[in-house]
Amino acid sequence: MSAPATIAPARTTPARAHPASDAVTIAWRNTLALRRNPQLLVFATVQPVIFVVMFRYVFGGAIRVPGVPYVDYLMPGIFVQTVTFGALQTGVGLADDLNKGLIERFRSLPMARSAVLVGRTLADLLRNVFVVLLMCVIGFLVGWSVHTNVVAVVAGLGLVLAFAYSLSWIFATVGLSARDAETAQAASFPVLAPLVFASSAFVPVRSMPGWLQAFARNQPVSVVVDAVRALTFGGPTSSVVLKAVAWIVGITAVCAPIAVARYRRVV
Amino acid sequence: MPDAAIAADGLVKSFGEVQALCGISFEVETGTVLGLLGPNGAGKTTAVRILTTLLRPDAGSAHVLGVDVLAEPEVTRATIGLAGQYAAVDENLTARENLRLVGRLTHLESGVITKRSGELLERFDLADAADRLVRTFSGGMRRRLDLAAALVHQPPVLFLDEPTTGLDPFGRTELWGVLGELVDGGTTLLLTTQYLEEADRLAHRIVVIDHGQIIAEGTSAELKAQLGATVIEVTFAEPSAANVAAEHLRKMGSVDVIGREVRLHVAEGAAAMLETVRLLDAEQLEPATMALREPTLDDVFLSLTGHAAEEPTAEHAGDGQSPGRPRRSR
Repeated sequence: MSAPATIAPARTTPARAHPASDAVTIAWRNTLALRRNPQLLVFATVQPVIFVVMFRYVFGGAIRVPGVPYVDYLMPGIFVQTVTFGALQTGVGLADDLNKGLIERFRSLPMARSAVLVGRTLADLLRNVFVVLLMCVIGFLVGWSVHTNVVAVVAGLGLVLAFAYSLSWIFATVGLSARDAETAQAASFPVLAPLVFASSAFVPVRSMPGWLQAFARNQPVSVVVDAVRALTFGGPTSSVVLKAVAWIVGITAVCAPIAVARYRRVV
Repeated sequence: MPDAAIAADGLVKSFGEVQALCGISFEVETGTVLGLLGPNGAGKTTAVRILTTLLRPDAGSAHVLGVDVLAEPEVTRATIGLAGQYAAVDENLTARENLRLVGRLTHLESGVITKRSGELLERFDLADAADRLVRTFSGGMRRRLDLAAALVHQPPVLFLDEPTTGLDPFGRTELWGVLGELVDGGTTLLLTTQYLEEADRLAHRIVVIDHGQIIAEGTSAELKAQLGATVIEVTFAEPSAANVAAEHLRKMGSVDVIGREVRLHVAEGAAAMLETVRLLDAEQLEPATMALREPTLDDVFLSLTGHAAEEPTAEHAGDGQSPGRPRRSR
């Protein structure tokens, strides 16, 4: 037991904004939580590994993509699919914080308003770096080969991570609007499934019915997959990469302010 | 208001149809404890959330240490500590890391955080568990850690929303001791509680709220004095007998009926006791028990609101007397 004097009030310094260091602190906290729950990382990686194996060895034989070995066609799709489903975790984590009263505590502290969201999305980005690198290794193990150069591949993986980051902002809004983590998860899936499967991630869009092709060709998952494919397999890159960047910037520009506004208002 | 550390003025807040606060005003003098007393749904938490920048009122103003809470929430946040109704601690961090998290977010220097965390863990009896993950903690340990987290940056003004809910009697007494020390050290404290004993024990002044309105305020002694010096409690075998007895005892003072129990508030205890015995005897009403005692805040609450504070309150339907509520007569 210490003397009462040690818990006497002291003069506090006037509030100053520390948006960057506050975000880093929150990211530190979230990364620590991930390290304490390694099963979350395992779940985050087991599912895409199963997808790789399944599409490479089970469905792959039935899918014809002219001029491309299916594994080389598949891997960019797997990267994007993995981070897209993974983005859901941003919302699940926020809903959990909200439910447990942590957001309430954060909002009563003299910290930057943006920090909880920026910190969360940064920690999720870090997790995605790990997951994407792991998927590269898995890809090489099942015979994936890169037909371009290192710079292009790094750019492709960067595009995947940037896309993941932009999606985090969508799911941040979902998470802040949901009652709890389970609701956030359930609400996200119906949006995610068509985006991932009605895309060029696993099969060529040409094989889909005409009415679906217009959507499947232009929706963000397909655009990013096509861009990564161009960067790893080869082919004209500039226009499709620009289109992917436009989607990423657009999603972030629209959804980040919505999520921050939502954060300011949540009860 | 130079001496008021906390000032609420005409706070109004409604959530859709529900009017949570109907214009409440109160002040807390620097270095004192105000107990905001009321049943569930009275508006206590809403008032605290407005004063701690978490909620904007529909009308009214709030000041903490002279700073306008609504105009300068950032400045306010640096001077307040809040421990809400639920332990807001991160289960995936250790106790020490939880305190470090708050220390970093309140921009204390690393060395200061380390020192402060150590002191607080010691003070709240968590030193042995400091490096364990919070998800292994009991409810009482989480509560204590939550309160410690609210104190990391040494806020001069502290808001505690039902701080002892979920604590065992030992934990509650312990916490009261810590809060007493904080106040001795100069901290201004606003606490909400449903426990009359807690308000009685800790608060210099008590504001009683019910349905978003202040229904009484004053010191514990003043509130009790409003009711007469003594309470005579008579219980009967049947509620019907209690009701009949209440009709007869009404001439002596104010009477509350709670089920089989009649509470009579009088000035002169001994004389009134004799008179009560005579009246009951004349009506051939046989009490099961009879007792003479000092009034408690429970009596105050019952008298002011028509329902007991710690009783789960039924929905308030207009001003009618719903059958579940004890009848009130004066």
